[in-house]
Amino acid sequence: MPVAVILLALAALASLSLFVGAIDMSPADLWRDPEALRLMLVSRLPRTLAAMLAGASLAVTGQIMQVLARNRFVEPMTAGAGQSAALGILAATLFVPGAPVWIKMLIAAGATLIGSVGLLLMIRRLPPTQPLLVPLVALVYGGVIGAAVTFVAYQGDMLQFVQIWLTGELSGVLQGRYELLWIAGGVALGTWFIADRVTVLALGDAAGRALGVNVAAVTAAGLAAISLVTALTVVTLGAISFIGLVVPNLVSRLIGDNLRAGLPLTASLGALLVLGADMLGRVVRMPYEIPASAMTGVIGAALFLALILREPKHG
Amino acid sequence: MISIRNVSHAIHGAPILHDISLDLPRGGVTALIGPNGAGKSTLLSLIARLVKLQSGAISVDELEVGKAADRVLAQHLAIMPQSLTVSARLRVGELVMMGRYPWHQGRPGAEDREIIAAALAKFALEPLRDRFLDALSGGQRQRALVAMAYAQGTDYLLLDEPLNNLDIAASRHLMGLLREMAEREGKSIVIVLHDINYAAAFADRIVVMSGGRVAADGAPGEIVNDGLLRDVFDTNAEVRLIDGKPVVLV
Ligand SMILES: Nc1ncnc2c1ncn2[C@@H]1O[C@H](COP(=O)(O)OP(=O)(O)OP(=O)(O)O)[C@@H](O)[C@H]1O
Ligand SMILES: [Mg+2]
Repeated sequence: MPVAVILLALAALASLSLFVGAIDMSPADLWRDPEALRLMLVSRLPRTLAAMLAGASLAVTGQIMQVLARNRFVEPMTAGAGQSAALGILAATLFVPGAPVWIKMLIAAGATLIGSVGLLLMIRRLPPTQPLLVPLVALVYGGVIGAAVTFVAYQGDMLQFVQIWLTGELSGVLQGRYELLWIAGGVALGTWFIADRVTVLALGDAAGRALGVNVAAVTAAGLAAISLVTALTVVTLGAISFIGLVVPNLVSRLIGDNLRAGLPLTASLGALLVLGADMLGRVVRMPYEIPASAMTGVIGAALFLALILREPKHG
Repeated sequence: MISIRNVSHAIHGAPILHDISLDLPRGGVTALIGPNGAGKSTLLSLIARLVKLQSGAISVDELEVGKAADRVLAQHLAIMPQSLTVSARLRVGELVMMGRYPWHQGRPGAEDREIIAAALAKFALEPLRDRFLDALSGGQRQRALVAMAYAQGTDYLLLDEPLNNLDIAASRHLMGLLREMAEREGKSIVIVLHDINYAAAFADRIVVMSGGRVAADGAPGEIVNDGLLRDVFDTNAEVRLIDGKPVVLV
């Protein structure tokens, strides 16, 4: 079972992650040194959990996005959803600076939803015979919204904030500053309930209707999950790309596209990748850190290229 | 009974179907034939509410298409569309299990698994059960799609060109299965065919469509003759009677 192996690796990596960082620490220190225990509870543990929650939920919602877009090469974070989330949180910060975090969060999620619906409306008009047109259009679409974000931020003198939202990294994760990600994890877990219906939609909307699936409701639920997870991740960590692209493609190769059956593998693989990327980022230039999103970009791109090159030819 | 009343349909302003009225009674195999572009697939899509009805009315037994709930209709009528390309990487068993969706709503039980096993056996798919669809031949994939529609367990079965990609043995086998389902299980099967000889040999009734209208409708012996091929298909092929059944010499 690949899931068991991945879970084992994840557990090992997670325990290791608790002891890797700029401040040296060993398991024994936890007993001797109250300061070490505090560091563990306030920083290392939250950071490890945040990486796993974000990775798992990004991977799961990336897969849903690919079914809804009928294309394997799109990913919410780069296809306009991530940028829309940044636009939403930027607008919230500019126009309702005093609002509580959850209001800002809802504004960001709303913006993400609008951005994702816009993308779907656009790419569903593209000819199905040109599958590479979809990621191309998605990339341009994401780029345009990203440019709008930069423009608005420049006008509002907020460029340094935007950098935080557009570059995902976990060095700032502390107890009390990452808990929104539990909601993202909950949403990803909740997609288990629509997973089989989403899989039916992979045969097309018409086939879905023929099987009595409420196509509009399932599509809406999927988009809501994508938007919530994307917005929550951008707001707490910043954009982390490639996870939602690479993991679903990997899982598809390994065990196929039955979403419900694949959910545990997708989630644990996503968690493993982000945690691994963050840990690598912590150690390659000690004591400095490389943002997790830069690492996932490198690892993800390499994995993705390997996948494409190894894709068995058919037809 | 599937009853079609005054159905007209246009796509982007171009008329495709013209005021079609047709009754397809319960039980038996009805073959729908006609030249390319005659509107056969459009008519099937309208019956199966894959495309929204523009004018006229269609009902399946007591269910009115467009008003009945999708799930309820899905328990009465299954369709295998002409152009279903499955891009998802699914195993044959998983695909056929999807046909049970209207019944199990995502929670397949023992009964569903029994029906799947029977469907796989019926369509000789057991050895391919755990294969991915993208690792099948065209004919094997076609068979899996028919098995999925069959597994839906409906009284009405609409099949749009199920013989595509099938070799002669598989074609005869499938047509034999459909006949058997109609006779033993009382199913009503509507099947789009291009090979008139298959239609004449296996169907109880042939409906001929041409230019968006019903051009002829009746038992194979009454319908298939030189005139049909000349007028509807615009080709001069000879029809002979063998054992009382019409056979087109190609
Ligand atoms: N999306 C569409 N846009 C425009 N015209 C369409 C569309 N779909 C079908 N048509 C037209 O509708 C007519 C009927 O098409 P339909 O698919 O019902 O024919 P058919 O009888 O099933 O043909 P075939 O035997 O080739 O499958 C054709 O002339 C076709 O060009
Ligand atoms: Mg057709």
